[in-house]
Amino acid sequence: MAGQKFDRRNFLKIAAASGALAAVSQSALAQGKPLVVGFIYVGARDDFGYNQAHAQAAAVIKKMPGIKVIEEEKVAETVAVQKTMEAMIEQDGASLIFATSFGYFDPHVLKVAAKYPKVFFAHCGGMWTEGKHPKNVGSFFGYIDECQYLSGMIAASVSKTKKGGFIAAKPIPQVLRNINAFTMGAQSVDPAFTTHVIFTGDWSLPVKEAEASNSLVDQGADVLTCHVDGPKVVVETAEKRGVFTTGYHASQAKLAPKGYLTGAEWDWVAPYKTLVEAVKSGKQPPNFLRGGLKEGFVKMSPYGPAVPAKAKTAADTVKAKMVKGEFVIFKGPIKDNKGATVVAAGVSQGQQDPVLEGMNYLVAGVVGSI
Amino acid sequence: MNSTLERILVPLGAVAVSLLLFALFVALAGYPPLDVFALLYKGGFGSSFSWNNSLQRAAPLILTGLAVAIPARAGLVIIGGEGAMVLGGLAAAIVGVWGPVHIPLVAQIIMLLSGALVGAIWIGLCGWMRHARGINETISSLLMAYIGIALLNHFVEGPLKDPNSLNKPSTPPIPDANMLGLTPGFDVHMGLLIGVVVALIAWAVLRFTTLGFALKVVGGNPRAAQLAGLRVGRWIIGACAAGGAAAGLSGAVEVAAVHGAANASLISGYGNAGILIAFMARHNPLAIIPVAVLIGGIGAAGGMLQRRLDMPDATVIVLQGMAFIAILASEAVMGSPWRRIAQRLWGIEPATTPVAPAPVTVLAKSSTLEAA
Repeated sequence: MAGQKFDRRNFLKIAAASGALAAVSQSALAQGKPLVVGFIYVGARDDFGYNQAHAQAAAVIKKMPGIKVIEEEKVAETVAVQKTMEAMIEQDGASLIFATSFGYFDPHVLKVAAKYPKVFFAHCGGMWTEGKHPKNVGSFFGYIDECQYLSGMIAASVSKTKKGGFIAAKPIPQVLRNINAFTMGAQSVDPAFTTHVIFTGDWSLPVKEAEASNSLVDQGADVLTCHVDGPKVVVETAEKRGVFTTGYHASQAKLAPKGYLTGAEWDWVAPYKTLVEAVKSGKQPPNFLRGGLKEGFVKMSPYGPAVPAKAKTAADTVKAKMVKGEFVIFKGPIKDNKGATVVAAGVSQGQQDPVLEGMNYLVAGVVGSI
Repeated sequence: MNSTLERILVPLGAVAVSLLLFALFVALAGYPPLDVFALLYKGGFGSSFSWNNSLQRAAPLILTGLAVAIPARAGLVIIGGEGAMVLGGLAAAIVGVWGPVHIPLVAQIIMLLSGALVGAIWIGLCGWMRHARGINETISSLLMAYIGIALLNHFVEGPLKDPNSLNKPSTPPIPDANMLGLTPGFDVHMGLLIGVVVALIAWAVLRFTTLGFALKVVGGNPRAAQLAGLRVGRWIIGACAAGGAAAGLSGAVEVAAVHGAANASLISGYGNAGILIAFMARHNPLAIIPVAVLIGGIGAAGGMLQRRLDMPDATVIVLQGMAFIAILASEAVMGSPWRRIAQRLWGIEPATTPVAPAPVTVLAKSSTLEAA
């Protein structure tokens, strides 16, 4: 800590001497000072889920030369996160902040960003809009429905009952898109496959997640997957009950050595690096950054022991097409589970189609309602 | 030893003891205790930025602390402040978005009052269940909190959802002009001023009025209170409603000063943190203010420990837990054994208790008031 003080004073002297006080972060770089990058997580860094995926990538950024990473975990989506961002800037000199929870964006990131125009705020999942949101805010996200589609393919190829269970937090577009992609992937292998959904109501409700998992297995599901913040409970419950699972957010292979098939994982290193390097070189970082398998924003967990070779080959073939950008998941005709046509025949909604960001249906073959 | 002095010194001593225990814990975990303390101070109270940080974190906790402390005066343990808080926030958002008045000051007052009203009804209901049906208020308020949270989720994800709030279901935003500003002189929202004022009022009412005294009688011995002519049921429901109003008000402040809409971010645990604060403050509304600032400061400092020393968030939770237990345990040294030790050591006379005859007159007064 004493060192910190000394460094800052020293740096201020040099900065003042070179007359570059105005652009603090830039001159800091010119003087060989590390770029301070702050990471804020809404949950625990070791949650086997959403936050762990971010923390793993932050650990990679930490090793980059000339970068100093500071982190705070379990920061609530209240004034707490506003004060955490301000503290990172005021007390630690951060010039790039990764606010990784969706709920941080409005109003918290927007409010603090207006106060500190020289700091760049990268938000995960938010929809940055030209003209509406400030230039020093950006949003990045990954098209993880591609991985869910592949997980669905694998799930259907090992399932005996042709019933999958999906434990989901809330019926919001991002979650519905994953459920639908998983189901469509499974149906591409076996059209009779159905996905049974239970919405728990919130992002982290371990008890309800366990109850939902058990109930789905009791109903005959022999593959479980989920979209909640920490898939730990679902994966462990499935393993205990002797059914298969596909993971989400990060790899849960360790928690289910027998039943873990594969999983849809984030790989935030790519977007993190892009943003860090832009800020480091003094360029305007991209405000809207998205990517799927092709850009390396998402990846599949290595296949588990229960996956047959044939299924691997089939999934890898589709994956190769996705990487080339030749595969469209939401290609009409698609019907929802009430019989209405939601994507007309001949309509192809590609990965980046904004229509998909407002998804409000479950496709045919999903048992459950919004 | 003077009893007021004792009431201040003993908890401070308890905090000191908990800090020593924490130092031991930190050292065992392999971190340098002195650096940790320096950062705790620096992050919580070391600069004007840190003070604002701590006060901002303390602001909502003052009100949720009162939500537990006021009913506690009537002998009730209410732990469901979270439910009243989120519903208060929801009410504030509803009148803020769809209310007829759009003069900022009026709209703000209406938002705050409706939040308080809904909170009062919610916890008041627990008081009524206790009085009319003999349902334990601790359990009922806890369960009601789950219902309150479910109602919030139902409304913001269903009938009241703003169609533009895709992945974070919320009510539509209240107009920017109607948002609460900052507490004058601080970089902290208006919730601080509101919390401090409400705490001072609660303290004054409980300390200096017959109202406060009657509540204490009800809390001390409901049977005796009844014999003295107090209508215990009304006092129980009233105390619950007053506590609920404080919690509802804190939810309204969250909406009107921070979020600008009601959504799941309102479920932030402030209501639960209020339980800790009220117990640490021995249910004294005045003491709630410094205790909330202490907890807020520990929260602010926790961030700094994470950033500078890479310590996990749980570190400050451990400190909080130690302080909580130490303060509760310090009750044991309060009063007679403590005085006896002091007497033996320094020959100080144990304080006599001259309060005994006083209540009778006041009680008579308040019971006549009640009868009238």
